[in-house]
Amino acid sequence: MGSRASSLLREEDIEEIKKETGFSHSQITRLYSRFHSLDKGENGALSREDFQRIPELAINPLGDRIINAFFPEGEDQVNFRGFMRTLAHFRPVEDNEKNKDPTAEPLNSRNNKLLFAFRLYDLDRDDKISRDELLQVLRMMVGVNISDEQLGSIADRTIQEADTNGDMSISFSEFIKVLEKVDVEQKMSIRFLH
Amino acid sequence: MFLFDNLLCMLLGISFTVWFTLLLVFIIVPAVFGVSFGILSVYICTCLLFLTVLLSPSGIIAKELASLEQEMQEMRRSGSGSALGGAEFEMSDIFHFCRRGVESIVDDEVTKRFTAEELESWNLLTRSNYNFNHISTRLTVLWGLGVLIRYGILLPLRVTLAFTGVGLLVFLTSLIGLLPNGGMKSFLSEKAHLMCYRICVRALTAIITYHDSENKPKNGGICVANHTSPIDVIILSSDGCYAMVGQVHGGLMGVIQRAMVKACPHIWFERSEVKDRHLVAKRLSDHVADKTKLPILIFPEGTCINNTSVMMFKKGSFEIGCTVYPVAIKYDPRFGDAFWNSSKFGMVNYLLHMMSSWAIVCSVWYLPPMSREEGEDAVQFANRVKAAIARKGGLADLLWDGGLKRDKVKEVFKEEQQKLYSKVLVGGAEDRSRS
Repeated sequence: MGSRASSLLREEDIEEIKKETGFSHSQITRLYSRFHSLDKGENGALSREDFQRIPELAINPLGDRIINAFFPEGEDQVNFRGFMRTLAHFRPVEDNEKNKDPTAEPLNSRNNKLLFAFRLYDLDRDDKISRDELLQVLRMMVGVNISDEQLGSIADRTIQEADTNGDMSISFSEFIKVLEKVDVEQKMSIRFLH
Repeated sequence: MFLFDNLLCMLLGISFTVWFTLLLVFIIVPAVFGVSFGILSVYICTCLLFLTVLLSPSGIIAKELASLEQEMQEMRRSGSGSALGGAEFEMSDIFHFCRRGVESIVDDEVTKRFTAEELESWNLLTRSNYNFNHISTRLTVLWGLGVLIRYGILLPLRVTLAFTGVGLLVFLTSLIGLLPNGGMKSFLSEKAHLMCYRICVRALTAIITYHDSENKPKNGGICVANHTSPIDVIILSSDGCYAMVGQVHGGLMGVIQRAMVKACPHIWFERSEVKDRHLVAKRLSDHVADKTKLPILIFPEGTCINNTSVMMFKKGSFEIGCTVYPVAIKYDPRFGDAFWNSSKFGMVNYLLHMMSSWAIVCSVWYLPPMSREEGEDAVQFANRVKAAIARKGGLADLLWDGGLKRDKVKEVFKEEQQKLYSKVLVGGAEDRSRS
């Protein structure tokens, strides 16, 4: 009679996820309901098709890249822990309490948010954004509306401005430098209700 | 031993007779004459008294409402532009798409329309218990009592009524079908249909409030309404006579369909005919052209939506060019969720759920008739009608297609997003060349 989704999540798991991600108890149970409703195969894990079934995500030009960010290297399934770990990047920074583990960097720190965005560009996960990768991502965002030449010059200009060590690609530290004035904390945060 | 058995039989017999008499007097006869004793309103009030558990508000996130252009402009103003006064493309542009994407993963507007609406407080039905974890003993006792009342008393009562209603419908319409066509036949057919549907309404304990009855659909028109469940048909038909449109079914449904069409013309399509849009349009226009025939009842969404929103209307019924009578139906989810999730529950399961809820409480608004205006095409007309229905019923007006329940979204929507972003980029180039 309906799905008692919350009863499938054990208290210990909730505590662990709380420690790792910083979400509150009620947020975790609500997100578990959401995870469960997306999991059409009811096997406790989401596949890429499960994500693509969301129309608003399917029409997002970077939808595939975002979906990819949830899946660890080489895997086709993401479980609830992995799901929460990725979503944790989007928690607002102000939500962090003072008594969190001071040695581990929280998943939603400015640095980790930037790393998430960096990985959207870095298609082959080699910690560098090459001209080719930048072009591919640009092409995803603009579709057929801009010519190859124009796109090429945009990519060249962007790399020129960002590249400080002359290797014609953008490393993570160069990426951070380019975005130092941008309010990353606000742009890459989602307001979760309690 | 014998005495005891005899006694038992006698008791059963008496209680059954008493029960049935009560049923007849208090429910069936008033249904026939369209009169109500107000018992139901008392019942509803008592129900409301018991449904008092308050919990946290619904909604997982608060979404950013700024559009793509607005956000891009904001970022360029505050952002990492070079000394040249803002490059065309910023590496931070990706943030917008990224955040929108993750927002839609956490909470999107479409997929939640195809499952039952989440309630703010629990209404003591197991099936609406999603996020309510902490259930006190007092609540469990109440819930147990609820189960007893619903399954022990209400369900048998309602099932009896349902069988009576359907049986009478088939019987009477077949009988009326024997009469020659004419005024007498239409009159009797109307009465028979109304009576049987009213009994069915009682079978579901549906409390319906009809608003603005002066706008009720007339002959030669098409009545369109938002679709939540098959019960919509019963609800509308107990207040007026319509010609139904649908596919020919086998089994019990088929029997009912064949009987109904004997008494007055309905439009039933063979499975093969449904694909042929021209044939469908022709039959509908023929029916509408004949002013002696009843108004057609159509649900343009094409599928059941969970009554929190109205989704895209298929333009077929709006191309015919006759007067459209919009109707908005809104159910009160606290008493029982009327939404039929056809991928989860079959029809019989669904009807059982319906008959074991507290009640079905809904409001029906008859909106003033609308016609296609000069220079308006069918799609625009359909959207105009949809907006009116959504506004009246207090539902969200969505452009998304109800077909997304089963199909993938079309590529063209992604291309629109890409076009929008390209405009922002190229627009930047034009500014630079000007300065």
